[in-house]
Amino acid sequence: MMQFFQFTEEQEMLRKAVREFVEAEVAPKAAAWDESDTCPMELFPIMGELGINGIFVPEEFGGAGMGHTERAICIEEIARHSAGLAIALMTHHLGMAAILDFGTQEQKAKYLPELCAGTKLGGLAVTEPGGGSDFSGQKTKAEFVCGQWVLNGRKCFITNYHADVNVITTVTGQDEKGRNQLTAFIVEKGTPGFNVGRHENKLGLRGSNTGDLNINDVKVGEENVLGKVGAGAKIGMACISEVGRAGMAAICVGILRGCVEEGVKFANERILYGKPIAKLQAIQFEIANIRTDYEASKLLLYSATGKKDAKIPAATDFSLAKYFSSEAAVRSSKRAMDLMGGYGVINEYPVGRFLRDALASIPSGGTSHIQQLIIAGSTLSDFKA
Amino acid sequence: MNIIVCIKPVPDPQYYDKVSIDPATKRITREGIPTIINPVDKNGIEAALQLKKTYGGKVTVITMAPPNAVENLREALAMGADEAVLLSDRAFGGADTLATSYTLAKGIEKIGDYDVIFCGAESADGATAQVASQLGEWLTIPHLWNVFSLEPQDDKALHVKTKVENGSMEWAVKLPCLLGVARELNKPRFISAMGIIKAKNKPIAIWGKVDLAVEDERLGLTGSPTKAGEIFTPDLKRKGEILTGTLEEMVDTVIERLRTAGVNVQATTKACDCCEGGGQK
Repeated sequence: MMQFFQFTEEQEMLRKAVREFVEAEVAPKAAAWDESDTCPMELFPIMGELGINGIFVPEEFGGAGMGHTERAICIEEIARHSAGLAIALMTHHLGMAAILDFGTQEQKAKYLPELCAGTKLGGLAVTEPGGGSDFSGQKTKAEFVCGQWVLNGRKCFITNYHADVNVITTVTGQDEKGRNQLTAFIVEKGTPGFNVGRHENKLGLRGSNTGDLNINDVKVGEENVLGKVGAGAKIGMACISEVGRAGMAAICVGILRGCVEEGVKFANERILYGKPIAKLQAIQFEIANIRTDYEASKLLLYSATGKKDAKIPAATDFSLAKYFSSEAAVRSSKRAMDLMGGYGVINEYPVGRFLRDALASIPSGGTSHIQQLIIAGSTLSDFKA
Repeated sequence: MNIIVCIKPVPDPQYYDKVSIDPATKRITREGIPTIINPVDKNGIEAALQLKKTYGGKVTVITMAPPNAVENLREALAMGADEAVLLSDRAFGGADTLATSYTLAKGIEKIGDYDVIFCGAESADGATAQVASQLGEWLTIPHLWNVFSLEPQDDKALHVKTKVENGSMEWAVKLPCLLGVARELNKPRFISAMGIIKAKNKPIAIWGKVDLAVEDERLGLTGSPTKAGEIFTPDLKRKGEILTGTLEEMVDTVIERLRTAGVNVQATTKACDCCEGGGQK
């Protein structure tokens, strides 16, 4: 018999625990982080103690030893109040996932414990001024010279560009067909020639740091190569498709829950013509649409994370979840604003921030058009008569 | 140092609008309403975990509640407690504070070895604030209530401050003792993912009437001398009335009504600033 969708007792307890943390430490400050575009780095050590940073990392490397469903729960709960902090966390996870899934035992032992503890911040830098989705067209190069790798180039729109431990993709050669071969490196903050560049002033997802990385004659040893030479594309794509998009979908589910809760609260409290506007059908239609977007996004997300935890390939599932939930978050936050009338555009209410965060979520981890291409490719191949 | 913490599952404040009082039994209807650990009981758990960190030993949480309180106990274990005991039996149902404290005392006697017992000063639902002190009396150990500061002197005594009206009192209290703690005592820790995983394998004992050395007539409703009186919703209807007559007559009527209702309205002949010597009543 098919079972209905249900979280385990442990997952429910985790959600409750993270919610308590978020309501105490995140919710009261989220609007201020958004306004000042400040990343609350002081929370990373606390999230380390709570196991949120290393939620999917095995205990031997300082993690909680849970899975990607639990990771999505943590991100969703944080994004309910601060999508900005949530994307900083989700990108931290992205760097950790690259090291966990493709690193050597030494690399895992060297980097993961501090990343789990939150005493160091992680990140993954792929996108370049020429674009993020033109993966193999990137220009940052690495050459092996006199026993060490020398990296040169520029990365842009990098979330957590101030990270301590960065996984960076570079071009290290061409294959027999002349296509770029990519290699991933672990580069630590402070390595000579490795500098942060301009800080981007974003529309949404503020409270996470986004900017450039300038890479000028950065020299690293062979021990900094992540995975094998030439495996960079695989590493980058695997992490972005199954960890990055999972994170973005979880952020959007968090935003959507915010739309449901804030919309319902307002509809019940706002009195018009002597009764709460929740009694008006026009408002009920908006509430129903927002709720449906939220529930559908949640199902897509947690169905995908369930597959990932069961070691079933889920790249298309995460594309479906990311595509649907980010577009849903945009239209639902607009709907929530609509039902609030003039209050919707007042920054004292969070729904305007939800809309900006939702809009900024569309390009993160691949735009909706890219997700559509992935979904279409898989569909055209899987649904042949 | 072995520490016991009494906790109580109380209705989750998010669902307060669904809480009602059964007019027949005059008890709070709790069925289907999710519970949380009484907030100030978490301060007790935190205090216990801090003492354990300094002196070692074991932290046991105990509650008297229906079977689903296992969830609340699991949460306490995830915070860091080592063991849990659930006192659950139909015979315990309907207990007032006296019967509750008696049953808890019997459970604690069965646990046996303890140095400190923590309780929250009061519960978020009943808010009688009686159980801590009653429990101390049943166990015949020193007990203090409304503790907002706690410093161990050594593993034999504690230096404790309690809130009293308009001030505080300082105490040196020998172990074993019982402390009813206030929210100001500390900031309870958040539950970690690692704590949740560890809690899975920590023991929860479930004891019923037959497991405890109890006198039946002291249990539950039978052992509860507290009887709820009449339960009613006060009539708060308001009635509007438009007075007629001259301004002076209407003011006289309002003042008369206020005086009749018991409001002390003072007459004064002092002239006001806006009219010529008319004066105000």
